[in-house]
Amino acid sequence: MTPKSEEELAQMIAGANGPLRIKGGGTRPIGHCEGDVLNTSAMRGISLYEPGALTIVAGAGTPVAEVEKVLATENQRLAFEPMDHRALLGTEGAPSLGGLAAANVSGPRRISVGACRDFMLGVRFVDGQGNIIKNGGRVMKNVTGYDLVKLLTGSYGTLGVITEVSLKVLPDVETTGTLRLHGLSDHQAVTALSAALGSPFEATAAAHFPKGPSGDPVTMLRIEGFADSVKYRADRLRDLLKAYGEVEVAVGDGAEWGLVRDVTAFADQPGDVWRISAKPSEAPDLVARMDAKAVQYDWGGGLIWALTDKGRDLRAAMGAFDGHATLIRGAADVPTFQPEVPALAAITAGLRAKFDPRGILNPGITT
Amino acid sequence: MEMPTPDASVLSRKAQIVDRLSEVLPRDAVISDERETRAYECDALTAYKCPPLCAVLPANTKEVSDVLRVCHEMGVPVVPRGSGTSLAGGALPTADCVILGVAKMNDVIETNYDDRYIRVQSGRTNLSVTGAVETNGFFYAPDPSSQLACAIAGNIAMNSGGAHCLKYGVTTNNLMGVTMVLMDGTVVKIGGAHLDAGGLDILGVICGSEGQLGVVTEATLRILHKPENARPVLMGYDSSEVAGQVVTDIIKAGILPVAIEFMDRPCIEATEAFAKAGYPMCEALLIVEVEGSDAEIDAQLKLIMEIAARHNPVELREAKDADEAGRIWLGRKSAFGAMGQINDYMCLDGTIPVSSLPFVLKRIGEMSKEFGLDVGNVFHAGDGNMHPLILFDANKPGDLERCEAFGAEILKLCVEVGGCLTGEHGVGIEKRDLMNVQYDPADLEAQMAIKDIFDPAWLLNAAKVFPLETSQARRVA
Repeated sequence: MTPKSEEELAQMIAGANGPLRIKGGGTRPIGHCEGDVLNTSAMRGISLYEPGALTIVAGAGTPVAEVEKVLATENQRLAFEPMDHRALLGTEGAPSLGGLAAANVSGPRRISVGACRDFMLGVRFVDGQGNIIKNGGRVMKNVTGYDLVKLLTGSYGTLGVITEVSLKVLPDVETTGTLRLHGLSDHQAVTALSAALGSPFEATAAAHFPKGPSGDPVTMLRIEGFADSVKYRADRLRDLLKAYGEVEVAVGDGAEWGLVRDVTAFADQPGDVWRISAKPSEAPDLVARMDAKAVQYDWGGGLIWALTDKGRDLRAAMGAFDGHATLIRGAADVPTFQPEVPALAAITAGLRAKFDPRGILNPGITT
Repeated sequence: MEMPTPDASVLSRKAQIVDRLSEVLPRDAVISDERETRAYECDALTAYKCPPLCAVLPANTKEVSDVLRVCHEMGVPVVPRGSGTSLAGGALPTADCVILGVAKMNDVIETNYDDRYIRVQSGRTNLSVTGAVETNGFFYAPDPSSQLACAIAGNIAMNSGGAHCLKYGVTTNNLMGVTMVLMDGTVVKIGGAHLDAGGLDILGVICGSEGQLGVVTEATLRILHKPENARPVLMGYDSSEVAGQVVTDIIKAGILPVAIEFMDRPCIEATEAFAKAGYPMCEALLIVEVEGSDAEIDAQLKLIMEIAARHNPVELREAKDADEAGRIWLGRKSAFGAMGQINDYMCLDGTIPVSSLPFVLKRIGEMSKEFGLDVGNVFHAGDGNMHPLILFDANKPGDLERCEAFGAEILKLCVEVGGCLTGEHGVGIEKRDLMNVQYDPADLEAQMAIKDIFDPAWLLNAAKVFPLETSQARRVA
């Protein structure tokens, strides 16, 4: 099923007899569910772009690449730096705006500017009974009623099928500077990154590879902006971090951050891939408990990517911690998402029952 | 403004209810004397007043849970209250309600500079959150004008913003976790010291839910290191069209100022008479502030001044030092006080797409003549959040009603041009009955369905946000 309009989609959902598997670009098959494929790709197109208001509105099926191309003509961008999952998950196709929103996909710059959900200004969606619902709008400040925009973002299609997305965008930058430190232990690296992120010098990404391209640890920071400003902040950060060793500075287009964003290092490696959101200072100890085949840190330690043997439940190895783990690539016998405590699980179940009383939207995906 | 008829069966049980609450709270935390409950009869929307049945001031999550459990068992409505600074009537009591004030809960629980967060009890004031971390060079970014008095609990309830949210976002973008008590007394913890809480974004729904889903008792807030410096530039123009174009050009040039503030002529005149900040008399005044090191500020201001100069300003003034920066901000910061010197005022906060600014200001000017009430506009121009201040005389019969009708027309206009009813103050009772202008019945039904999950009996702050006739069936069920 490939509805061409919101109305057609609403009819299809209202008339559905069984489970529906909602598909945008099909590049992020995270979680496991069965059902008739409902493809949003025909509900596409940019309906509004106001560069002076930093706002873009487009259909859920619009390819992310199309949006980025249009933004680039005005030197603007999706600042939350959405990850491209294709290499890691071995998928093809074109990532869609709706999929981006439904999975709340962000990248390294999340640490500084916020996640996809922080840039979502409005949504239109169809719930599990075929009701067409809108929330938010196209302006940056909006507290009119409950924020269903956030609720739908990252709901993996379980509350409704997103048909239109309104996003805040930001200016692109003139220059990117990348700072590198070598040979740090995980603990040292996270401490160094915390010092940088807790400074006034506005790092927009902070990553650590225990095993970099040459096999040795590499710790990376990114600064962005006008050329003089990047140089100034690079110098100040070099001073700030001198206790951790020599800081290499490279100025350019920042292409190396694409590898951090897309977790390219794990792309051709066999095994499961986990994404763990954690308290940065606790991350090295968590990693020590994981017994993973490989890890990389993003968000100054607050995001851990782990490559593990197939079928392991990493949550058991980590024990209780301040955060949550998602199985991004793996088999169905391990829960994709972190099980919730009973009080929260009851709220989640209640919300799903309200928005999709027949349980037909992506059933099973969040278990 | 209509409020629901108080529940007679609750009013008649006042003594029992107070007794039960006194069993779970210290003696001085239950306020039932009519002379004392009057302190809670309104918030900053002072046109509406109603003393509550009683007020309680719990000191921790456990006490909040006990209070809510008792009220839930006895079927008593509860209205949560932060510092009572809501301009939308978010904390306005009903005669049959228990006011649950969080003012006693103002401790800092934990500060963590490595992981860049602070955990506080929700009654702590916004400014004192920054106060707790500023000796280490950190701050909490959202800065509503009432930040000296307003509580984090209220900030979360209304998803408060401030002047600097173009760069730093509003409350929801700086909130990492909460401890919240549901109406039946259940304590839930959501999020924490990590980013992007797992599961559905329930934190995102709680923020801005106006105290209708639960009572937040503790919050984990993101803190940031202060910028090295910040400096504003002031510019004056002969028309709001041109000023609007300057804002657009600055943003399109790739500069993201930390604040862009706009004032129109009536507002400039009022603040000049009051604060004597030396503003130029013109149709539109902009204050643009940027941050960074001195060299970075110089570079950004140079670009901004170039753009500003291209549009023939009547005045263009760069702050060279802290003194001059202070003078540039002086008028803007006294704008509300200045308008208040002239008369009573009602402050609206609809948001519009920045491109609609000239049209909306022109229409507001025309409506001002139609309604016979003066209006001044202060405006967060970078994000389109307007603050029209309508002047009226509260002692003059009919003036308040005329002012409210005028305000409603302005808010409808905001929605018409693609904006919304409220950018940072919340709906409360003030904009409740206009919700149908922005949302269709299915949109409101979806929102009310969420309250059904958290508070099935609709006991928490139930007469707010949704038009009374729309929520009627649920409230009386």
